[in-house]
Amino acid sequence: MTDEKSFVEIRHAQKAFGKLEVLKDISLSVDKGQIVGIIGSSGSGKSTLLRAINDLDPLTGGEVWLDGVEVNQKLPHRQYEKHINQMRQQVGMVFQHFNLFPHMTARENVTMAPMLLKGLSKDEANTLAEEQLDNVGMLERIDYYPSQLSGGQKQRVAIARALAMKPKLMLFDEATSALDPELVEEVNQVMRKLAEQHMTMIIVTHEMDFAASVCDRVLFMDQGVVVEEGPPSMLFKNPTQPRTREFLRKHLENAK
Amino acid sequence: MDIELMLKVYPFFLEAAWLTIVLSVLTAVLGLICGTLGAFARLSRFAILRFIAAAYVSVFRGTPALIQLFILYFGGPQIGIQLDAFEAGVIGLGINAGAYMAETIRGGIISIDKGQREAARTLGLSHWQAMYKIILPQAARLMVRPLGVNLNMLIKATALVAAISVVELTYTAQRYIGSTYKPFEMFLLAGVLYMIIIYVTGRGVVWLDRKVQIT
Amino acid sequence: MGLDFSMVPKYLDIILLGCAYTIGITVAAAILSFFGGIVFAVIALYAPWVIRQPFRLVAWIFMGTPLLLQLFLIYFGLVQVGIDLPAVVAGIIGLGLHFAVYNSELIQTAILSVDKGQMEAARTLGLSRGEALRKVVIPQAVRDVIPPISNNMIALLKDSALVSVIGVSELTLSAQRVIGKTYRPFEFYLLAAAFYYVINLAMEWVQRKIERRISISR
Repeated sequence: MTDEKSFVEIRHAQKAFGKLEVLKDISLSVDKGQIVGIIGSSGSGKSTLLRAINDLDPLTGGEVWLDGVEVNQKLPHRQYEKHINQMRQQVGMVFQHFNLFPHMTARENVTMAPMLLKGLSKDEANTLAEEQLDNVGMLERIDYYPSQLSGGQKQRVAIARALAMKPKLMLFDEATSALDPELVEEVNQVMRKLAEQHMTMIIVTHEMDFAASVCDRVLFMDQGVVVEEGPPSMLFKNPTQPRTREFLRKHLENAK
Repeated sequence: MDIELMLKVYPFFLEAAWLTIVLSVLTAVLGLICGTLGAFARLSRFAILRFIAAAYVSVFRGTPALIQLFILYFGGPQIGIQLDAFEAGVIGLGINAGAYMAETIRGGIISIDKGQREAARTLGLSHWQAMYKIILPQAARLMVRPLGVNLNMLIKATALVAAISVVELTYTAQRYIGSTYKPFEMFLLAGVLYMIIIYVTGRGVVWLDRKVQIT
Repeated sequence: MGLDFSMVPKYLDIILLGCAYTIGITVAAAILSFFGGIVFAVIALYAPWVIRQPFRLVAWIFMGTPLLLQLFLIYFGLVQVGIDLPAVVAGIIGLGLHFAVYNSELIQTAILSVDKGQMEAARTLGLSRGEALRKVVIPQAVRDVIPPISNNMIALLKDSALVSVIGVSELTLSAQRVIGKTYRPFEFYLLAAAFYYVINLAMEWVQRKIERRISISR
């Protein structure tokens, strides 16, 4: 059997809390450089799927592969911890509520992990932080604490923090949902820039327009299954499934 | 009020106050060690550790410190533990204080938003790296004041070792009440010294709390 | 020397009697500390300056010094001024006053947090200040403060062991007396500890019941 794997490969992902099935046999492949959006109402399992990719929410069944390595392989606890920490270094994640470390400045947020895990010297890490924060337009605020930053600024620092680990893949878990409307665009711009640099990204989002404009492919999830997937032009303009149509219609109404 | 008597005996009270301070410091250090171990054990992924720590906290908080001290000091020799009164005092009170501090420390750790741990783990930090670099520095700031309350209680609890004849402040006051029949004066002498110790530590806690807050 | 619990049944009645004393002392001191706490809170908040300030100073001293030291003061101090109370009464007064001061702190905070609007509303209805406090403010404050006060009551149980030092025959001193006869400190102190622990668990159980009641009634 040929076992050709995509860059990111999810096979038969299942997740259950007791009897409640959050993910029901989901498979997904993402090629290098591809940008995949996941949409769906809350409780559809989209965040759970995203968080399964770096094993933040472990699956109860199925496999996740990244660049030819099985992420959630069965190993004794200690070995698994080593393995998963290694894997997570290669996967950047951006959270809805930023989760910046409040006791560290923007600079320290960015330099902490590279110094601790990759053995960068302080000077190297500082150069890296300046580079990454400049990249997201936050160089001016490099020595500010998170509490001194707006939501959009926090999220940009959080993106820089993730990028400083030079990840192969970026996961965005509703990165703009907690932001005031006027701050959404600055974060979207950073994500667009990443897209131009051909970063592989999986984006869980509520923003259909944004998904339509940056994603190569969009998945609509409902009740733990992928109902429909395709290029945004198809999925948003001509959805084939009634559930997708219903979701998009409701979403449009809410947006008004 | 018999001021003359107070002036005569106060050097003995000063000496006793010094012992109260030494007792408090040693007890606090041992309490912090026991409390930290207890808190981490309660948060362990091993059920057996969680159970032992929960039992430790419940039993030592659920019974009088005085009885704990008596079991250790008077009962200890029966199971091969020979301690002098001072050692028994420090160890008994330290383990007791540890049970209270374990709850404080655990409370501080679990009050840190789980997103912090997730963000750290996502970057590739191990459980202990995330604990050491991200969770504890934040939790420690939250713990200063509640640990200060524990410290305040602990200082007052050092008086219990008077019951096993350690010559600290309360024992000294008791002895001089017995020999002079001047309870009020002796209370005042010991009381003022306790108040000074408590007040200074209290200010220290407030100062530390301000110093460690994130701007 | 090893451990030997075979003598426990023979002396169990003494220990049980001590238990009864401990429960009685705890209940009596708890009641005293509860009502004392209300009175102290009202004095600390509403009495004239010349009473209020010295009173607060005394309260502050009571919170900054060990209970054991206070028990010595009360027990021997009363004797000195010619009031020769039985040790058990002195013990209850000492424990009760000590915890009344702590309860008073909680009640003061609670009174201040209900005071403003409620007091004004009651005064508009024509109630005097004292009536408004008694009928409107304090009942509400007390309800708010029951959970933290019940914590103090559980602490009081354990601190009641201290009155053994001034010769009250409660659980700890009963154990001590039995040990004087048997030379078995480990066994009998452990037994006493077990009884304290059981009473403590019972009190925590009641506390949870009460807290649930209060959270429902809101």
